[in-house]
Amino acid sequence: MFKRIFSKRNRVLLAELVRTDFKLRYQGSVLGYTWSLLRPLLLFSILYLVFIKFLKVNYGVPHSAVYLLVGIILWNFFLEVTSGSLSSIVARGDLIRKISIPRWIIVISSSLSGVISLLLNFIVIAVFMILNHVSLSIDILWLPLILAEIYIFALGLALFLSAAFVRYRDISYIWEVICQALFYLTPLLYPVSRLKWPIIKEVLFMSPLTQAVQSARYVIVTHRTYVLTDVSHSFFVRAIPFFILIAVLIIGISYFRKRARTFAEDL
Amino acid sequence: MNNIAIKVVGVKKTFKLPHEKQSSLKGVVINVFKGGSRSYEKQQALKDISFEVKEGDFFGIVGRNGSGKSTLLKLLAGIYSPDSGSIQINGKLTPFIELGVGFNPELTGRENIFLNGALLGFNRNEVKAMYNDIVEFAELERFMEQKLKNYSSGMQVRLAFSIAIRARSDILLLDEVLAVGDAAFQQKCFNYFEDLKQQKKTVVFVSHDMSAIRRFCNSAIYLNSGNLTMHGKPSKIADEYVDENIESAHKSKNNKNEASSPYRVSTKIAERTDNELLLKTSYQSDNRDEMYVGISVIKDGLSVAEINSLPLVKLRGNGLTAYTLDTSIFNGGVYYVTTALFRLENRELLCVDKDQCEFVIKQQDDTKGGALKLANTWEHVK
Repeated sequence: MFKRIFSKRNRVLLAELVRTDFKLRYQGSVLGYTWSLLRPLLLFSILYLVFIKFLKVNYGVPHSAVYLLVGIILWNFFLEVTSGSLSSIVARGDLIRKISIPRWIIVISSSLSGVISLLLNFIVIAVFMILNHVSLSIDILWLPLILAEIYIFALGLALFLSAAFVRYRDISYIWEVICQALFYLTPLLYPVSRLKWPIIKEVLFMSPLTQAVQSARYVIVTHRTYVLTDVSHSFFVRAIPFFILIAVLIIGISYFRKRARTFAEDL
Repeated sequence: MNNIAIKVVGVKKTFKLPHEKQSSLKGVVINVFKGGSRSYEKQQALKDISFEVKEGDFFGIVGRNGSGKSTLLKLLAGIYSPDSGSIQINGKLTPFIELGVGFNPELTGRENIFLNGALLGFNRNEVKAMYNDIVEFAELERFMEQKLKNYSSGMQVRLAFSIAIRARSDILLLDEVLAVGDAAFQQKCFNYFEDLKQQKKTVVFVSHDMSAIRRFCNSAIYLNSGNLTMHGKPSKIADEYVDENIESAHKSKNNKNEASSPYRVSTKIAERTDNELLLKTSYQSDNRDEMYVGISVIKDGLSVAEINSLPLVKLRGNGLTAYTLDTSIFNGGVYYVTTALFRLENRELLCVDKDQCEFVIKQQDDTKGGALKLANTWEHVK
């Protein structure tokens, strides 16, 4: 099965689709690819001014600017993969209707542009870490695993959303609202310590996003932040975000596979 | 050599056509409350199709618009999946059925070659190796760094075709490739088909061009509103196609309300034998003028033979005349008969039968062209 999935044809096609996506993304813009770096930087500047300079939110951690930045960039990654892939099948309707290629390649290729942006954004993070004299810990070796976790979570959702979007165009609006809710359900702008009741912390950490973002901050910026193990000592509660992650992936894949058979007619 | 390349057994395909396109949740919710989502129409595109294509066959699929040809091809390509039945493919199949699939207007010609190459399974190095050949064959050397949206449609087709013929597959699916492009492009297509035949590739070919079907295919099927009605020699299938088209043209003619002209004339083929056609011409006139009819046999838009009913038959009022046309004088091809009604007194044209009747002369011998048969009286002189 893996031989089939990673056959030469699929690899070649995936690479070419990603290349095309990337080429077309900033077409007609003067700054071009620089926007991949500039956009998160500008968004971050706004949040930095509002939350750290004006509201003077105390995150209770050193290097709060980098702390904030890591959260924003990871969130943007999640958003780009899910929202970017949502319309991918519909947008590539010409291919779907006229050629027999594995449908998932289209979703993966669009999600990979999110990965490329993320890698570029890590240049920004690295620069900020140097400017803020953040000292590297050996724990940063965990980072690829954490990023993979966010990617898999986002991909599971993307598969589900893109397949559902073929039938129900409402999905894009619903997903927009859900994203807004997820944005506030993830401690991106506010410190976890501000939440008074432990049960709320536990609920927040059920989300794989919260768990992954906090872990990433832990390994990149500072150990003085909340991670899953600080919130609960129960093995069962600690397993919830990973359980959700796997469930989302399985549901996403199976729903996509079921619907993919009729994409060509439904479009 | 006689291995089966494609085996189709009992394939059915039904499309659900929603009466109102339901791409919103509201529609679904309303439907759930109405009791089930019954607001679609079932369209049976293919009803129980079975056939086999042998390795090395040039296999034609013929049928009128909406008969299920493209659906069948999409099923073979794996774009659709059948509701029931099975499709077995032995060998590597080209994944696309049309030219220029996946072309992106915002990319340059060069970038599109790489993208299209990837759809055929070629990596960048492989495409680089054949890049010059592709560009040369498409005759687009000067335009490769321009965006595809600035290409004319003919240029796009040429580029797409040049890439497509690089496909290294055992089985090719071609849907109406001849419908686009000019005469020079068609000639290139024909040369390519000849190559494919020589290489003993399996080709499944959908076309409305019966001369191409006759020329290239060695086997064909006829689809009629989702049923496979004939399977056999391409020449027979092509005849069937032409006959069916004439019939339906007649039907649509009879449904039309005739204009309120005082004169009407219409000719039908009443009988057909190997060398003769019995043409029956009915005429109607509201006054008592003396008239005569004339018929003209047309091939490729030119009148190749004409005759009128004078002096044998003069007409008045309503009635029927007959003429026996000797068809042995004609070479192979498609001919039309147009009928006209004239006033005897001043030879004024009164009316013309606009819906011409059509007949086809079948001919095995391809060496004779033109409309009229000439005797072979060649001699060697020197």
